[in-house]
Amino acid sequence: MGIIEGIMLTVITAATPLLIAALGELVAERSGVLNLGVEGMMAVGAVCGFAVALETGEPWLGVLAAIAGGVIMAALFGVVTLIFVANQVASGLALTLFGLGLSGMLGSAYVGRPGARIGSLELPVLSDIPILGSLVFGLDPITYFSIALAAGVWFFLFRSRGGLVLRAVGDSHASAHALGYNVIGVRFMAVLFGGACAGLAGGYLSLVYTPQWAQAMTAGRGWIALALVVFATWLPGRVVLGALLFGAVSILQLHAQAIGVGIPSQFLTMLPYLTTIVVLVIISRNRLLLRVNTPACLGQPFVPDR
Amino acid sequence: MDQAASVATAAGDTVLLATDGLTKRFGSLTACDHISLDIRHGEVHALLGENGAGKSTLVKMLYGSLAPDDGHILWEGRPVTISSPAEARRLGIGMVFQHFSLFEALSVAENIALALPPRGRRELSDTIRAVSREYGLPLDPSAGVADLSVGERQRVEIVRCLLQEPRLIIMDEPTSVLTPQEADLLFVTLRRLSAEGVAILYITHRLSEVLELAHRATILRRGKVVETADPKAESAKSLAAMMVGSDVGGIEREGREPVEAKSRLVLRDLSLPADNPFATTLTDITLTVNAGEVLGVAGVAGNGQSEFFDAISGERPLARDDMMQIDGKAVGRAGVNARRRLGAAFVPEERIGHGAVPGFRLSENVVLTRHGTGEQIARFIIDRRAARDVESRVGERFDVRRSGPDPKASALSGGNLQKFIMGREIDRTPGILVVNQPTWGVDAGAARAIRQALVDLARNGSAVLIISQDLDEIFEIADRVAVLSEGKLSPAQPTETLTAEQVGLLMGGVHHAHDGLPHEEDARAS
Repeated sequence: MGIIEGIMLTVITAATPLLIAALGELVAERSGVLNLGVEGMMAVGAVCGFAVALETGEPWLGVLAAIAGGVIMAALFGVVTLIFVANQVASGLALTLFGLGLSGMLGSAYVGRPGARIGSLELPVLSDIPILGSLVFGLDPITYFSIALAAGVWFFLFRSRGGLVLRAVGDSHASAHALGYNVIGVRFMAVLFGGACAGLAGGYLSLVYTPQWAQAMTAGRGWIALALVVFATWLPGRVVLGALLFGAVSILQLHAQAIGVGIPSQFLTMLPYLTTIVVLVIISRNRLLLRVNTPACLGQPFVPDR
Repeated sequence: MDQAASVATAAGDTVLLATDGLTKRFGSLTACDHISLDIRHGEVHALLGENGAGKSTLVKMLYGSLAPDDGHILWEGRPVTISSPAEARRLGIGMVFQHFSLFEALSVAENIALALPPRGRRELSDTIRAVSREYGLPLDPSAGVADLSVGERQRVEIVRCLLQEPRLIIMDEPTSVLTPQEADLLFVTLRRLSAEGVAILYITHRLSEVLELAHRATILRRGKVVETADPKAESAKSLAAMMVGSDVGGIEREGREPVEAKSRLVLRDLSLPADNPFATTLTDITLTVNAGEVLGVAGVAGNGQSEFFDAISGERPLARDDMMQIDGKAVGRAGVNARRRLGAAFVPEERIGHGAVPGFRLSENVVLTRHGTGEQIARFIIDRRAARDVESRVGERFDVRRSGPDPKASALSGGNLQKFIMGREIDRTPGILVVNQPTWGVDAGAARAIRQALVDLARNGSAVLIISQDLDEIFEIADRVAVLSEGKLSPAQPTETLTAEQVGLLMGGVHHAHDGLPHEEDARAS
């Protein structure tokens, strides 16, 4: 495997968890719910996935457990913010703190143990094609799934009636309610979807990316996923680009450090974040696009006046 | 008139919807108190009443978005429970909302699709084009709602309602956002629907519309039905008396001639770029407001009213000092408090959040517009007693009905809070008072008090500038009128030289005056 090929592979695998978590949050935010608990849901997903895979020896059961962990955390958030109408920002931050703490507790017995790993697909012939083979046909199944997920989310949001209703709820919950749509129900489903994605993203980290468990192994990826959603102006296609960009810059700066370019390592570590911020600022210049795609009811609690 | 008469014969005698003792309580307030009325097939039934009379509550119960506490609804003689808007639509009840229930980020077709059973995109677009044209309300299905004017948005609402093939359409103050010409177009559509047998429940507080359009009118006051009247047997005055419960007095406008022709507020080539894609750019506005006069700025919402207010109040400072003068001093780049120190006062359109802080007591709200003017009340430490004195003085003089001494602003009804905010500024005896929508959403009694106060202030030597969408109001109190359209201001003219039609044409933009509105609309749709 050549160096370029290796770098590109690591870029894609670094981007995958960001992409999955951001797509889930995108759907939740399009429905008008701001869930800042992505990091916490990812952490719980990661530990659930790792533990179940290790105990049963079935990595795919681990994936299901990771998704379930994320969904349970999201359900908690949904009950608190949608049914008891608590503040979404405060509840989301609490969910992150809770998730990080809970995952640390659940995972204390698993620290440092070698885990089960989901390997890459090895397709005969196709995977042996130089460069292209391993890049296109030699990735892990979840990465393929994440690309399909991006396309699916786009199709759902912009081509299906369910997606239209979801966007309508996020744009004006009062109008959607007046038309007879179940605002709380739609939002709850969107939040659960966000949780499932965050859980899967966490599971990817502990089952594919680095098959082991360590406290706080999500390392802020949940926050980056949150930023990506905004940076992508709530459009799935741009989330894919953003995830790859962030993944690319974070991998490249590691290589730059390894080679020993004359730039202080602290600055290189900042680079992915700086790049994201700069691109975000440039994108936000188009106010019309931003207005049309920003869910107008984002973060606003809804209480039907019945 | 002929048309209305012929429609009257088309209105059937059989009852489509009836309510029997319908009641809704919110805490100790009974918003609707045993309301019984009936609506017949094909009739235009006006529902008349002041703010807070219970019109909206009644309509929400009919449309299934509020559950009644007591009473029944009968649909074609059968008792029905309307538990949701979807249920109402299934029965054949459609609604056009006052505050539009549209989704700004979505297209016209998407907005309409949300209210209908699923069907193909292309087919829906074709239907929208066909139906909207047929009823003289042309629409482009692919246009984004955010880009539409207020009148066009209402069209989307109406077409959406029509596509559900309703047998009863509820319209909540549909003309409040339209020019007189747009309103006339709407009336044509409504008469046609009525002739086709669709019943229309038409909510309004504009008496002239009831006289022009309705077959019958039910008048509500404080949650109760006062009477169901035949508008042809009534006059605007008698309907108003039923609505308010006593005769509404006119405004006294003694001393119409300006006491002294001293110009107090001068705008010269005032321009201000739009600060977001949905705002209006103000272009070369020149205007003089003299001591002793009320100057009215008419216009349909969204033509730059709020930008114009922000520019004069100093919330958005101007590029050059000489664009605006207060009593001869150039203040274009000065901020709000600097302008206040020169004797100007400002009342914005939004009462809650802009004119007053809802969670603050009234006396605390008094401090908000005086803290930077060098008055005693907040020179260094807030003088709470002085603030409370102002609060009780304003409360008494302007008859602000409060639950107790010095309540929070959020505890006041809209009309009372508006009276308080107006009183707070008038209490400073400003040399210049600028008010955006002085009586928006305020009932007739309070509106009259506010208008009288504005006229009185002017007669005592102040210059008063009101920005209003309510033409009746402008004609009632303004000495001169200018019209704001697409960010440009027409030259101010004495009110008595103008008719409502002339002002209406200016409001629709001057180009409408040449070839008429329907032509222009057709051209845009094709």
